[in-house]
Amino acid sequence: MSASIELVVNGRTVTALEGSTVATALINASELGFRASPQDDVRAPLCGMGICYECRVTIDGLAHQRACMTRVRAGMNVVTAVLK
Amino acid sequence: MSEREIDVAIIGGGPAGMAAAVAAREANGRVVVIDEGLAPGGQIWRDKLGVAARGQAAQWKSRLLASGAELFASTSVVDVRRRENGFSVIAERSGEPLTFQARAIVLATGARERFLPFPGWTLPNVVGVGGAQALLKSGLNVQGKRIVIAGAGPLLLPVAASLSSAGADLVLVAEQTPWSSLAAYSLSLWRTPMMIAQAVRLRASFARTRYASGTWVTRANGDGSVRSVTVTNGRKTREIQCDLLCVAFGLVGNTELARLLGCQTRSGAVIVDDEQATSIWGVFCAGEPTGIGGVDLSLVEGTIAGAVAMGRGVSPALRRRRERMRSYAARLESAFALRPEVSALATPDTIVCRCEDVRMADLERSWSSRQAKLYTRAGMGACQGRICGAALECLMGWRPDSVRPPIQPARLSTMLDAGRASQSPSGAT
Amino acid sequence: MNRRQRSDAIVVGAGIVGAACAAALIDDGWRVTIVDRAFASAGTTSVGMGHVVVMDDSPEQLALTAYSERLWRDLAPELDVRSEHDPCGTLWVAEDAAQLDAVRTKHSVYADAGVVSEMLDEHGLREAEPNLHHGLVGALRVPGDSVVYPPGVTMRLLAQAQARGASLREGVEVCEVLPNAVRCDGETLHAEVIVNATGASAAELTPGLPIVPRKGHLAITDRYPGFCRHQLVELGYLTSAHVMTTESVAFNLQPRRTGQMLIGSSRELVGWDPSINHAVLGRMLGRATEFVPRICDLSIIRCWTGFRPATPDKLPLIGPWDPTPGLWIAAGHEGLGITMSLGTARLLADQIAGRATEIDASPFMPTRVIDATVEEHS
Repeated sequence: MSASIELVVNGRTVTALEGSTVATALINASELGFRASPQDDVRAPLCGMGICYECRVTIDGLAHQRACMTRVRAGMNVVTAVLK
Repeated sequence: MSEREIDVAIIGGGPAGMAAAVAAREANGRVVVIDEGLAPGGQIWRDKLGVAARGQAAQWKSRLLASGAELFASTSVVDVRRRENGFSVIAERSGEPLTFQARAIVLATGARERFLPFPGWTLPNVVGVGGAQALLKSGLNVQGKRIVIAGAGPLLLPVAASLSSAGADLVLVAEQTPWSSLAAYSLSLWRTPMMIAQAVRLRASFARTRYASGTWVTRANGDGSVRSVTVTNGRKTREIQCDLLCVAFGLVGNTELARLLGCQTRSGAVIVDDEQATSIWGVFCAGEPTGIGGVDLSLVEGTIAGAVAMGRGVSPALRRRRERMRSYAARLESAFALRPEVSALATPDTIVCRCEDVRMADLERSWSSRQAKLYTRAGMGACQGRICGAALECLMGWRPDSVRPPIQPARLSTMLDAGRASQSPSGAT
Repeated sequence: MNRRQRSDAIVVGAGIVGAACAAALIDDGWRVTIVDRAFASAGTTSVGMGHVVVMDDSPEQLALTAYSERLWRDLAPELDVRSEHDPCGTLWVAEDAAQLDAVRTKHSVYADAGVVSEMLDEHGLREAEPNLHHGLVGALRVPGDSVVYPPGVTMRLLAQAQARGASLREGVEVCEVLPNAVRCDGETLHAEVIVNATGASAAELTPGLPIVPRKGHLAITDRYPGFCRHQLVELGYLTSAHVMTTESVAFNLQPRRTGQMLIGSSRELVGWDPSINHAVLGRMLGRATEFVPRICDLSIIRCWTGFRPATPDKLPLIGPWDPTPGLWIAAGHEGLGITMSLGTARLLADQIAGRATEIDASPFMPTRVIDATVEEHS
């Protein structure tokens, strides 16, 4: 059974399983607004495999990171479109 | 920057790439496998969180680990350039540049799903079919979630089974293909009884869920995320409440790198000869980019490509196996052909290019993908036209535009580094 | 002379220069047909930066860009959202004391030409653009400069011309220009006025035009709103544009309305080879990091190349081509086609109408090229 770790999403603490991705951590925590489109439409993962770039969030200060291609890490700081 | 001189650079760590690596290593080549994912396995053999791999997936993963091939995971290939004695592969891992000098390349870049636009498809919790599988394996909790799976292709069944096993409330599986085609396809499987048994077993695992053929989703409804979908079979239409919609229409080979290198393609597939060689000397291609054909064909093609890339021959048995797998693939393609209705779901207001918010109405004037790009910005976003390009090829018949580096968005420092590599004595430009 | 009876004019080339010329000729009452062998904006118009800028490599260049910029200011309120017009201004950035002196000179040259600019010291520069490298000593800010999306503007100009009766024929290649006619595949179109606005390949249509392709690279980033606010150009840009023979790069960074950053620039004379030259691209990106270190971390989505229509004296050709009756040239703008398109159109229309031009058009006479050739041979 995977261990639980904590990360920060939009200023609040979220729990996720070690080895899971930022994308699933966010969806599981009901954070469904990953990215804002040019016309400010809120988007979330579509393809789940790094192709569509809809799951982009800012991780530890670096913008445009694909959440579905990134494993969660304890203490990771994630900022999504919701906060921008 | 680190440079490595190797015999074969295998791009893609799914079944085809793994098989190529094992084969190339059997010939004692210096081999690297470069894969974007967190671990090898591609999509179909993606590790499930907290679950050990089993069966074929486990076997091939151990073979890969034992082979001695050097594996670079979470590594994106940004560019591949021809040099005097082979190729420079420019890649990026965790924001850092990596360069490889390889005599030969095996492109095992797999496939992605084909998405066709329909009203509401941009709502959160509308995901692909393989996409749902990928998210599930990477930790998505679907316990108690009401799920509709829709679209086309053999992926619908196994994904339905997975989601059901994971505790989802699977409300409907809607396959757009008409019953007559599905029946014909099932009958054709008599030659491959293993697949019939598999299909029966899969269906049994979510026996209580309605499986509707000749049925498709016409819109996703909701505010902030999907709450219900509208489905039709052309005669009757109804609305179904759900929390997650999984929808995709078959697979499209990831041929960008092949096209960047100048490999010839036909109907969206890289042309390869009997030895998996493309039209470019030193570039081999195996698996889905040569034509969607499934795991077993990818394994055979990968094995051939890896061996030939190291100058080894190919056994007749292997060639025969490939032929058998190819004929299965051909039946698959015709069975799940897309019906015209699913290419006509978008209304003028429906977003077609998600990256740039280009709607169907905006695309009226344009008559090639290049014009659409210039006039509307469709295809100019981060996905580099992968999602909308496949859709527009279906909807308008537009062939995709030419490919330029970087073939994935790359950090500027990586491109800078790659530029410096071009100026060093070892790299001819 | 006032509005003439409707007679025919054919503009060959539906890039921004052709579109602007068509619009100006329609204004003068001509019945205009615009012909393009591919589609509108398919040429250099689609690949450049879209910087509307005053430049002073020569007094003539200064005059035409300043004149054009006044026309851009008049046009701006009519532009639509797709034109992405952004009056962000330019910062000419100085790396050291010598360059700061050059910036001061530029300031007064601009003032003499009626172009508003202001000097920024180190502190002012840092406030204006926090992401610039802290070692830079100052800059010249030109608030009247702006940024547009050239295909958007071109479509706008063409749509306006078409609304007033112009016809646009795409996918039609002009094989030959004859006296008062153009021969296309399968048909010959007659006109009193024919304008060669075909940009970098103008010499194909009018052999003898000294226009050669000067290749450039560009890269565009993902969206980083607020990363930079002005178009940033190094002073060395003018030198890079000026010296024809060698390969060169010069820092040029443009914020787009989308929040993406467009990174340039490079110049090479390598014929029509469109492939990315990785060494040149690398040097161009490297130069950018020297001015804006944080740019290293940005995500590059796309790189591409394009061809500027370059002439030996760095000035465009705007006026009659005497050897062929009825033929006029509006081409050869090198890296200033977007800016100069509007001034070019007015100079051309005025000459065709026999009106006095608002600025001296003689430096741009195509005949200067012929005279030079004649002098060579005599």
